[in-house]
Amino acid sequence: MAYSDKVLDHYENPRNVGSMDKNDPTVGTGMVGAPACGDVMKLQIKVNESGIIEDAKFKTYGCGSAIASSSLVTEWIKGKSLDQVMEIKNSDIAEELALPPVKIHCSVLAEDAIRAAVADLKAKQGIRDEQVA
Amino acid sequence: MSNFLKNHFELLGLAPRFAIDQTVLDQSYRTIQAEVHPDRFAAGSSTERMQSMQWATQANEAYRTLKNPTARARYLLQLQGVDTEEENNTAMPTEFLMLQMEWREQMADASHDQDISTLDALLQEMRGKAAELQAGLQIALDQEQAWQTAAEIVRKLSFIDKIRHDVEHEITRLED
Repeated sequence: MAYSDKVLDHYENPRNVGSMDKNDPTVGTGMVGAPACGDVMKLQIKVNESGIIEDAKFKTYGCGSAIASSSLVTEWIKGKSLDQVMEIKNSDIAEELALPPVKIHCSVLAEDAIRAAVADLKAKQGIRDEQVA
Repeated sequence: MSNFLKNHFELLGLAPRFAIDQTVLDQSYRTIQAEVHPDRFAAGSSTERMQSMQWATQANEAYRTLKNPTARARYLLQLQGVDTEEENNTAMPTEFLMLQMEWREQMADASHDQDISTLDALLQEMRGKAAELQAGLQIALDQEQAWQTAAEIVRKLSFIDKIRHDVEHEITRLED
């Protein structure tokens, strides 16, 4: 399969690869997986006191499109609020990376990872949720 | 041909259950294969040849599906109208996904070090986990009719099948 230049760029130079402490109360961790292709994606976000995502890290096992989708997403979500990142749609990711139809599920995985990370953070912060969001 | 109306279990003479008798499966398949082998219809009309071909294809498909535990469970759920959502359900239990990541990391390290014995050990661990999940499938499908539980187990097995295949491929590559 021919990957787009943007996919290749993220695949060869992935942004924000790594891990953060999942027990840190300001870190939200989203783990998702795609049974059909066996891809696993971990996305972590760290918010500051104003509820803005100041750092994001990812670790993905999967094809080039899955790695590119998660790498792109870490770039997009930095500096945004939790509400703002919840608006990111898989179609935005697929369009940016020019993913072919058979690889759309990789962008779905990245969207689901954002949602899972936000949900984890909100659950952790409990009452603070109202102020953060 | 009435066989086209039969499901895979009926075609191969088995009750629609997860627990099947492999010997019966193999024997039924061989019997059908012999009956519908295209060579037997070489002198037949083009319709007969076409039908025998289609029937042989269906028998192959049925056998392949029922022989593989994950495919068999997926098919049983399909007969119940339950979609296993392997394409779009990404919400797997975190511990399970952590284990997948650990396995992927161990596999990458062992491949890098060309360490076949570690890959073999990893494969054994995966087989063990798969056997455990298959035992759960048998209970969910044959005893409890817990279709959603079974669908979740199929999604897990789908992961394990994929990584097992990748590890086996890696071992073969290193052994060559």
